[in-house]
Amino acid sequence: MIPIWYYAGRKLSSELKSRQVPLLALSAAFSFVIMMFNVPIPGGSTGHAVGAAIIGIVLGPWAAVIAISVALVLQAMMFGDGGITAIAANCFNMAVVMPFVAYYIYKIISGSTEINSSRRVIAAAIAGYVSLAVAAAFTGFEFGIQPILHHTAEGVPLYMPYSLNVTVPAMVLEHALGFSILEALITALIFAYIQRTDTTLLYGEKSLAKKTKMKKTTAA
Amino acid sequence: MDKIIKNFAIGLVALIILAPLGLMAVGETFGEWGPEEVKEKLGFVPPGLEQLSSLWSAPMPDYALPGIGDSMTAASAAYILSAILGVVICGGLLYFVGKKVAED
Repeated sequence: MIPIWYYAGRKLSSELKSRQVPLLALSAAFSFVIMMFNVPIPGGSTGHAVGAAIIGIVLGPWAAVIAISVALVLQAMMFGDGGITAIAANCFNMAVVMPFVAYYIYKIISGSTEINSSRRVIAAAIAGYVSLAVAAAFTGFEFGIQPILHHTAEGVPLYMPYSLNVTVPAMVLEHALGFSILEALITALIFAYIQRTDTTLLYGEKSLAKKTKMKKTTAA
Repeated sequence: MDKIIKNFAIGLVALIILAPLGLMAVGETFGEWGPEEVKEKLGFVPPGLEQLSSLWSAPMPDYALPGIGDSMTAASAAYILSAILGVVICGGLLYFVGKKVAED
């Protein structure tokens, strides 16, 4: 994870505009809080949305890497949630895989449609849904290889007791049938709101300030 | 622009106030079990997990304040306090760093 953080940091400091700074700060805060909303599902387990999809779409995937990593590291260190030894894995799944998958799904489905088309809202929703399920699949895979990688000489698992055929379906199904729907809703709602108010906030869109400046110079 | 930020901030405050709803979900997330929960499930604690679990002790484990009691009100208050701390630290850190690296 360290090279990814390093690269994301470099990328962020070269791309970040000062008008995005409050949004970046709010993103990390939002991700932190949304992960506190544990949602129960049948079977006695719980889980949560991440908010990574909308952050990836609005601020770009590299900025999302930083914002969500900050939230995850704080969770682990301050509140013992997720765990110190799992920080790198958690950050990889939720702060790297997820925003990148979301961003590219959103881009592919949106294609060359108008910035305020309703197709983009649907694209955002699908991006939220799929990206969380994919992140969950990665997590399930990482859980599942634990008993293979780490066990005692007698075969007693050192950390994670369940194998791939339990962990992957468990993680993917839980998310696909539950938490991903929530992630899709959050992503679509926030996206639609930004679409109605100021689309220039979106990653890769021209800033309003630049546009009006150009108009002014041509008018003068 | 500023209006959007303001509205997002209002939304975030609403989320913080509603955060204790997240406490109502009973049970632990898949794979996030602590040593006690694994023991309940398996009858033993995987040896590596037992070793690593003492590596770090968080100041506010499980978003609760030690010694505040187990009542729902106390837990909710601690949960909201955790959310506020999270928002202030995450937001503050990125705002500060962001301001330093951002170009106009």
